Amino acid sequence: MTTIHEVLESWSHNMHIAEGFLPPVHAVAWTVAAAPFVLHGARSVTLAVRADPDAKLLLGASGAFCFVLSALKIPSVTGSCSHPTGAGLGAILFRPPVMAALGTVTLLFQALLLAHGGLTTLGANVFSMAVVGPWVGYGGYRLVRRLTARLPETTALGFAVFAGAALASLSTYSVTSLQLALAFPDAGSGVLGAFAKFGAIFSITQIPLAVIEGLVTVVIVRLLSTVARDELLRLAVLRSAAGGSAAPAGGRAV
Amino acid sequence: MASPERDTAGHGGTPADGGGPGPRTSGRPRAATTWLLVLVAALIAVLPLLIGAGRHLAEPFAGADGQAEEAVGELAPDYRPWFAPLYEAPSGEIESGLFALQAAIGAGVIGYYFGAARTRHRLRPAAGGVRPGGGASPGAEAGPGTDRR
Repeated sequence: MTTIHEVLESWSHNMHIAEGFLPPVHAVAWTVAAAPFVLHGARSVTLAVRADPDAKLLLGASGAFCFVLSALKIPSVTGSCSHPTGAGLGAILFRPPVMAALGTVTLLFQALLLAHGGLTTLGANVFSMAVVGPWVGYGGYRLVRRLTARLPETTALGFAVFAGAALASLSTYSVTSLQLALAFPDAGSGVLGAFAKFGAIFSITQIPLAVIEGLVTVVIVRLLSTVARDELLRLAVLRSAAGGSAAPAGGRAV
Repeated sequence: MASPERDTAGHGGTPADGGGPGPRTSGRPRAATTWLLVLVAALIAVLPLLIGAGRHLAEPFAGADGQAEEAVGELAPDYRPWFAPLYEAPSGEIESGLFALQAAIGAGVIGYYFGAARTRHRLRPAAGGVRPGGGASPGAEAGPGTDRR
């Protein structure tokens, strides 16, 4: 048990928990915990599409964003590679429940075809990436949105989206650390000690990646607010022009 | 990749002569910020390679599934993974191909969305001054009938 550092070192390269690497009890427990969120998420997707059929494409693009970012392994300052989650965008645009469904699709693809993550650890990985990540990210987004209400709309939205996407990414890794700590507690310091160590190493690797994810998500939302302005207004991501906050944005372009 | 160059050229010369039509020029500060964000993201991604962050490692910038499995074996010596992946890519090439496929599918859907949204945006007649790309309104004459709302 002396080599926990090596475990930490190598786990930090890979955000998802590998196949068979959670004891059966943990695997079942996380699956049971994640299942209701995924069912609710699938229902939310159906309802979102029914309520606004035009949103179907954007919903698909949000899922696709998660797909792309999960496939991109990016080098980090610790000398290893990891990948972002892409779960923040959909959570911000369509609220977190839909990401429980869309994120699961991504994780399933990676588990089945890429031996990345796994079926037995799907529940745990869904819980971290598709449930906690989106909710924490959404919370951060809403908070920053409220705090920046006085800034020009484009700037305020940018800050909020950055915070949301980066927090979604970081919180995913925090939950993964916790899950690993619960399964493999440190011999001396127990679950808490293991979590602190996992968390410390994860954060160093993941902070630059979370910043990248935040920036890329802001870019996407900026592009959306140009070509899909009506849709963002309908989704209440952009505030309506009535409050006058959109006037500067319009004025700048003319 | 042409548009950032165009942007740079525009900033170097007079603001008026770089972008051609008026609407393009007026949207420039916004586009420049967007490209700046892309640039910063790319820099953060490349920086670890430039500073040689992986130099101290035997296998720098590895994706460490294999190492992780070994390491858990050391942390919990009696722990045995009790389930194996149903399918494992027979080689690194095939695996990276599948990762590329995943990214390609996602990028394709996103590209399709932006293409569709941009077209819809262009064909819609100017409705109010909400839209920043209001300069595109001349193009709207092309198809008022395509407006959905």
